[in-house]
Amino acid sequence: MKRVSIQPQDFDIAAELAALEALGGGGVASFTGVVRGEGGLIALELEHYPAMTQAQVDRIVEDALGRWPLLGVSVIHRFGRLEPGARIVFVGTASRHRTAALESCAFLIDWLKSHAPFWKKEHFGDGATAWVEARAEDDAKAKGWGG
Amino acid sequence: MAEPTLTIVYFAWVREDVGRDEERIDRPSSDITVADLVAALAARGGGYAQALGDATKLRAALDQRFVPLETVIGEARELALFPPVTGG
Repeated sequence: MKRVSIQPQDFDIAAELAALEALGGGGVASFTGVVRGEGGLIALELEHYPAMTQAQVDRIVEDALGRWPLLGVSVIHRFGRLEPGARIVFVGTASRHRTAALESCAFLIDWLKSHAPFWKKEHFGDGATAWVEARAEDDAKAKGWGG
Repeated sequence: MAEPTLTIVYFAWVREDVGRDEERIDRPSSDITVADLVAALAARGGGYAQALGDATKLRAALDQRFVPLETVIGEARELALFPPVTGG
């Protein structure tokens, strides 16, 4: 099972996990990214490159499927204006082996951070805005997986 | 035969500084690199200079694939210019 969705709306984590569990592998790992409301932040605006995003995330998922014996992968990434507490991203993996499920889940979120065409803009309560800068450590984490 | 024009799309603060999200330009000669074109666009001044003046802050994609700035544009139809990505 391979599911990639780039969407503005929220998603149902229980349903996503249930779909992965139903594959019968016995091991499901997941990561959920949520908007942090620190420093007076009132919203995070996610911009993306619509013509590229789906294909690029598909490539990242294919890469994970080539590296680990997975029965299923789900990636959901939202775009648009998201408030603190809102879910941004979900990665779920299913495998017969817990190591494969856990490692591929970590790989997928690391690669999404540095290889998917999204940009975050922070909006603060006082009207200020700031584009989030890419962090060298995120890039290093992605490089750590090789390839 | 290559298209007579090249579409350039901009994202995030590059889009904001340039002041538009997309434009079409006459196709540059086939041996021009992304970096060459970025320098030519920055020479327009104003928001272009602000957005594109420091190429080390930029990343690029040709026909929806990430490429290094030294890549020759060749017959690509779409060039995207943007800051390093911050998804996830």
